[in-house]
Amino acid sequence: MPEPLHPAHVHLAVALDGAGWHPAAWREPDARPADLLTAGYWVDLVQEAERGLLDLVTLEDGLSLQSDDPWTPDERTDRVRGRLDAVQVAARVAPVTRGIGLVPTAVVTHTEPFHLSKALATLDYVSTGRAGVRVKVSSNPAEYRHVGRREAPVLDRGDLQAQQVRDLFDEAADWVEVVRRLWDSWEDDAEIRDAATGRFVDRERLHRVDFAGRWFSVKGPSITPRPPQGQPLVTALAHATVPYELVARSADVGFVTPRDAADAAGIVGEIRAAQQAAGRAGETVHVFGDLVVVLDDDPAAAAARLRRLDDVAGAEYRSDARVFTGSAAQLADLLTEWAAAGLTGFRLRPATLPHDLVQVTGRLVPELQRRGLFRTAYEAGSLRGLLGLPRPANRYATARNDAAGAA
Amino acid sequence: MPKQVHLAVHFPGVNNTTVWSDPEAGSQIEFSSFAHVARTAERGLFDFFFLAEGLRLREHKGQIHDLDVVGRPDTFTVLAALAAVTDRLGLTGTINSTFNEPYEVARQFASLDHLSAGRAAWNVVTSWDAFTGENFRRGGFLAQDQRYERARTFLQTVMELADSWRGDEIVADKETGVFLRDPQAGRFAHTDAHFDVAGRFDVPRSPQGRPVVFQAGDSDEGREFAASSADAIFTRHGTREAGQAFYADVKGRLARYGRERDSLLVLPAATFVLGDTDAEAAELAHHVRLQQTSGATALQWLEQLWNRDLSAYDPDGPLPEIDPVVGEPTVAQGRASARMFTDPVATANEWRALAEAKKLSIRELVIEVTGRQNFVGSAATIAATIDDFVQAGASDGFILVPHIVPGGLDRFVDEVVPLLQERGVHRTEYEGETLRDHLGLPPLRTAP
Ligand SMILES: Cc1cc2nc3c(=O)[nH]c(=O)nc-3n(C[C@H](O)[C@H](O)[C@H](O)COP(=O)(O)O)c2cc1C
Repeated sequence: MPEPLHPAHVHLAVALDGAGWHPAAWREPDARPADLLTAGYWVDLVQEAERGLLDLVTLEDGLSLQSDDPWTPDERTDRVRGRLDAVQVAARVAPVTRGIGLVPTAVVTHTEPFHLSKALATLDYVSTGRAGVRVKVSSNPAEYRHVGRREAPVLDRGDLQAQQVRDLFDEAADWVEVVRRLWDSWEDDAEIRDAATGRFVDRERLHRVDFAGRWFSVKGPSITPRPPQGQPLVTALAHATVPYELVARSADVGFVTPRDAADAAGIVGEIRAAQQAAGRAGETVHVFGDLVVVLDDDPAAAAARLRRLDDVAGAEYRSDARVFTGSAAQLADLLTEWAAAGLTGFRLRPATLPHDLVQVTGRLVPELQRRGLFRTAYEAGSLRGLLGLPRPANRYATARNDAAGAA
Repeated sequence: MPKQVHLAVHFPGVNNTTVWSDPEAGSQIEFSSFAHVARTAERGLFDFFFLAEGLRLREHKGQIHDLDVVGRPDTFTVLAALAAVTDRLGLTGTINSTFNEPYEVARQFASLDHLSAGRAAWNVVTSWDAFTGENFRRGGFLAQDQRYERARTFLQTVMELADSWRGDEIVADKETGVFLRDPQAGRFAHTDAHFDVAGRFDVPRSPQGRPVVFQAGDSDEGREFAASSADAIFTRHGTREAGQAFYADVKGRLARYGRERDSLLVLPAATFVLGDTDAEAAELAHHVRLQQTSGATALQWLEQLWNRDLSAYDPDGPLPEIDPVVGEPTVAQGRASARMFTDPVATANEWRALAEAKKLSIRELVIEVTGRQNFVGSAATIAATIDDFVQAGASDGFILVPHIVPGGLDRFVDEVVPLLQERGVHRTEYEGETLRDHLGLPPLRTAP
């Protein structure tokens, strides 16, 4: 693998969703529940994350109304409901931020890889090289009914190795493959503006992607030129073997949910093995640990706050990720321990906004900086650069040049 | 008060009016170019910024058409970013009703409307061809005669989704813990020959309620679709006479749908060349036409009508003696202009006669018959002409198409806009907040 910029440094991401990840977050004194659908709300949050020099923010999204039950819509009226298209939120924020990566969620099961490829390429243009995507499969039957193009698979919820689950992730891998090919379908120097021949582009440097798979066929080339990063960042959240394989095959960053350091080491090992099997051993694939964070200077205050939030919500908060309660210094200890287990970064899910985000930027980041574990300035102009990922060669240009060399 | 002129700008892109070879011509893809054009339009107090879209790179004789600008951004993404660098300017995106699904399009326009605080508009286009379909999951699944049927029901479904939230459901009362007033907010169900969808829409009602709707097809079906469903028409009928005829035609269709004449705006695309004097502008206009129409471009243009290979002909020589191939266009793919010629042989004969009479080469003929700039002259001449067209019922205003990115609109805003303001036909400040306000559209017809 290529040498990281600062081997000791960890990478930090924040996952933004509604008023925060705790269902009672919107009732906190500093919450802005009436602003969730305004541009200003998202600009303020991402600018705060940028003040903390974070690598990136992710933006949650889906093609259905939020629900406490992941399989069906609920009819609750005491939770945040309603949201905006995450790619557009990222685009709206891009011109008023400068350094931070913008990683919206895209539901791959129902969307057109052609549309999303150009949308993410365009996000990369409007952010001058800070775009990424978090790919998400859809198993929620409500989303299938909303789009109306296909039947929802009947899933055995306990069996994450089932063929239907594999199919969803295989389709996701095809989707990423098409999106990546389309990003490369224009060589970087395809635009020539040659007045002598009257040609704006050299069509030898534009490529059909000619993808034909089980779920879709896409001809190409893209209608959008190759984005500034060449390949915007691809990320996925993964909880089990099948999605780990998607991370290993297709992603630049995987978000995982270990319970403890030993669990983290096991997951990283599994992803590294899958990466090897996928022939990507030489490429950097980051594995970030996800944590829900409830942070206060006084650890007792954080614990009390979580209890109070749970009381307001009427139930103990449960998450796929570990819920951390304590001070920023304690969190820094935990992150250090987990980083030693092989995680290269963390995606923190603030329980409440803006409080827990400000704790990350105002407390955790200075603490990590003091320990020599986090950057003190944005050291690169692109998201790939921040993550120590090279700007990849264009697969079609390489093939064309190889062919020319052989001839 | 005289009738007001509605002005908008079309970002110059993938077509042969955009001059990319000029030293002034900048990037067609960097965001700074889009921001410059949009900010200039907002400085000129325009109604909106307009983006076209084509979902497959155009081809000519089986190869990617390389003589015009190639490449464009994603519509929603660039419009959402433009919302960050403008405050009042409307943001109109061209989005196809064949290669999308209503739920996604509804949430994208609702999101854009929220993120721009009420400035989103949708230009509904219906390109259905199998050539474009090769980039999408469903391929070329739609027959030509179903394009407007699908568009109509697609639009209806999107509007039902937009209306699935009334706008008063979000209470967000921290004290009582009530976030939503209505546990069924967003509920929808729609079933017809094209769509069978149901559930709950996840984007609450946006500031405008619904996106403003534009239509840009020219067939009888297209016009009828506009009369029944659109707030504005984007058209190519930009001359005084053709404009008056088109204007009367589409406004005349409104009564059938119980609509007032001013509930549908007619906005032709308009190119322009500004000079210090009319004479200087005319000279400049000719120079621009030469830039727009290289010999290679002229030959390819001719090949679209002839529907056959003409590469053996000299663009500086006479027109071909052979006749066009009649039938399904095969030379040009993904170009709306390929279908413009209803009787290619008759058109070819007219052009040959014209070339003979005026002693024109192929290149000169193409320059002669392909759209001259709509407005050529000094600022005073152009302001007077635009005002006259609007007062004479040839249009409700214009969607200006500059020929250079990004600076092509600057001079118009600096010189023509003040004269239109002096004439009392263009606003001196934005009176309203939303695009509906700028367009002076009546309140939404369907109360949810
Ligand atoms: C002025 C004008 C502009 C158009 N712009 C676009 C466009 O940007 N993208 C597109 O896919 N189709 C565009 N079209 C095509 C139309 O939306 C429509 O699909 C096509 O003209 C066929 O419909 P018709 O037979 O009613 O003309 C445009 C048409 C006109 C007249």
